[in-house]
Amino acid sequence: MNILGSLFNSSIGKKILMALTGLVLVGFVTGHLLGNLQIFLPPQKINAYGHMLESLGIGLWLARFFLLACVVVHVWLAIQLTRENIAARPMNYGVNHTNRASLASRVMARTGLVVLAFLIYHLLDFTFRVQHPEWSRHSFALADGTLVRDVHTMMVQGFSRPGVAFFYILAVGLLSYHLAHGVVSLVQTLGFKNERWTRGLECFARVYCWGYFLLNAAIPLAILGGWVKAHV
Amino acid sequence: MVASTPAKKLFSVTLRVWRQASPAQPGKFVDYPAHNVSPDMSFLELLDVVNDGLTVSNEEPIAFAHDCREGICGTCSCSINGKPHGPGKGVATCQVYMRSFQAGDVIVVEPFRATAFPIIKDLVVERSAFDKIQQAGGFISARTGAAPDANSILVSKAVADLAMDAAACIGCGACVAACKNASAMLFVAAKVSHLGLMPQGQPERDRRVLAMVQTMDEAGFGNCTNQYECSAVCPKTITHDFIARLNRDYVGALFRSKLQPVSASAGGGA
Repeated sequence: MNILGSLFNSSIGKKILMALTGLVLVGFVTGHLLGNLQIFLPPQKINAYGHMLESLGIGLWLARFFLLACVVVHVWLAIQLTRENIAARPMNYGVNHTNRASLASRVMARTGLVVLAFLIYHLLDFTFRVQHPEWSRHSFALADGTLVRDVHTMMVQGFSRPGVAFFYILAVGLLSYHLAHGVVSLVQTLGFKNERWTRGLECFARVYCWGYFLLNAAIPLAILGGWVKAHV
Repeated sequence: MVASTPAKKLFSVTLRVWRQASPAQPGKFVDYPAHNVSPDMSFLELLDVVNDGLTVSNEEPIAFAHDCREGICGTCSCSINGKPHGPGKGVATCQVYMRSFQAGDVIVVEPFRATAFPIIKDLVVERSAFDKIQQAGGFISARTGAAPDANSILVSKAVADLAMDAAACIGCGACVAACKNASAMLFVAAKVSHLGLMPQGQPERDRRVLAMVQTMDEAGFGNCTNQYECSAVCPKTITHDFIARLNRDYVGALFRSKLQPVSASAGGGA
């Protein structure tokens, strides 16, 4: 047995795990964005959505644990792979020539690090609410009278801080750039890509990444611009 | 009678060559001016001419690997202006001609750089890591004796052509040299696919891919990051599609090797 051990110990295995965890995380950030876009609807929508997620109970924690495990594996293997790659070429060429490796593919570690830093900040800020414990209060009444957390106000207040909004836009921008290589690359690593449909896949990745960036950036921009206002 | 050809304009270039006397000694770039360069000279001929001059002046000639000089043996290596096998697509260093350069160019010539390809001298690197990978699984078991009947094993044209694309690999190592991570994935992918596509390669298919990848990892090559620098410089223009195929083959083989039932008498005789 021990297939997982073999995967963790071979170059292709590590890449497969990078691709699979990457795929899970792409799925998560896409779902996360779709949920967040409810900020453009009346406040009860996103607050009801937040309440629905929190009431999943053990299911929510299992999902969180699974996602965290994916992040840990993705980052841990990225560090390992990068170290091996550096060790594989101890001396650089006198002339550094690139034939066709995209810039996005060459800065994966750097974009990934910024996204990781943002992820930690974002969890502390919005999930654990360390700076603003009042965001944890159940102060919003749904249509049926249930008191729930006011996610809408948290987001509006959160992104009214220009520094935070800027860091958010920068992070989603770099994450989109990370995915510009990642989305296409994971299909190759999982062994499904070939040149007959690469162009279509690259086209999809470009549309996906631009869409992901613009829709995400729209949230803090709409709040800073006053289009999405606090409801109280 | 031979038709006269118009005289080509001769020009001068400077070769900036990596000189390293031995693996243990540090290397450095040294400039060698080259005059009266004919655009029809091959790049290796220019190195020959420069070496003639060095020999006459009692200096150590530049060591470089070469053999067939017609692009089929995979011996010539070196990186020219940062690109393994120099300018041009689908050619080896021996097929690079001086017409690819301009008068006054400084041409930087260095060895392939990878931990798995240690430098022996100047532009010559040790590529026996590739031989070790081949020995681990780059073969088929065939019955020896009289030649088999022709076409006794049928292979469709489409499969035969695809296998031939992979079999075109001459094992020069340019893929490793060009890769940002010095990964040997294109080489291993070509070898695994070339045999794995053919019916003759099926009995050892799973063992082959597992053993070759393990040997590749142990040799100190880097990991593939799907940037396709390898296929961009391959003198045989082998596509990185074979790397996707290798990944798929590897995972399938890994699962089968761990989960498939084995005979209770495995390894024993009758």
